[in-house]
Amino acid sequence: MPDRFSAISATRRTFMAGAGAMLVVRPAQATPASMAAAIRQVAGDAAIKPGKIKLSIPPLVENGNAVAITVTVESPMTAKDYVKSIHVFTEKNPQSNVISTKLGPRAGKAEISTRIRLADTQQVVAICELSDGTFWSDKVDVILTLSACLEDPI
Amino acid sequence: MVARTLINVPAKAKRGEVIAIKSLISHIMENGFRHDNVGKPIPRDIITSMVCTYNGEEIFSTTLYPAIAANPFITFYTVATETGTIAFKWTGDNGFVIDASAKITVE
Repeated sequence: MPDRFSAISATRRTFMAGAGAMLVVRPAQATPASMAAAIRQVAGDAAIKPGKIKLSIPPLVENGNAVAITVTVESPMTAKDYVKSIHVFTEKNPQSNVISTKLGPRAGKAEISTRIRLADTQQVVAICELSDGTFWSDKVDVILTLSACLEDPI
Repeated sequence: MVARTLINVPAKAKRGEVIAIKSLISHIMENGFRHDNVGKPIPRDIITSMVCTYNGEEIFSTTLYPAIAANPFITFYTVATETGTIAFKWTGDNGFVIDASAKITVE
């Protein structure tokens, strides 16, 4: 009898674990394609070249709920040559956009810092638009151990 | 509920100096992608924009998305041009509006 009982409970345990796994529904995620679409919304048809902009983000992140990032653009920030805007995008967050900022020659230094959420191990992209209408980008691959955005509160 | 804000602007600066401005505001930034314990979606409640003006002239503005961490913290730079006020305005979902300002003396 005890043997049979333990066999049943083991089966039950396996079943419950299986049922639990099946109940996990993956929420909608942004894909590289939707990130590309979000970037196109900002840049239009302009060519985006790598360089001039630097995205600083830790390559290995333990907690995706608050990841410190800094975006710096090489620019003299004069009335003729300045950074118009800085944007940050992610590949696999539910929404690709992270932040969009508008700057001007009065900034003196084209640098912004903030804290963002990351849902998954993914690529983070920073894009800037200069006053001459050119776009520049920097990409960083980030490995994440604890995801943000999608965990439900207990 | 009034959100608490914290602005860090140097009290004194030389004319033409590039100064760092740090801003922090308390806000949950509920991203709208989560569900509560009965599976009901939790509605989005985030700050969507922050605008910074220096003596009335806009020097910096930003659009925030759900991927900004709770209690948005934003650092940026500006050139100290004249003595005056650096004012902030945050706006968000559900009619959220908060103003804050800091004084700066330029020598």
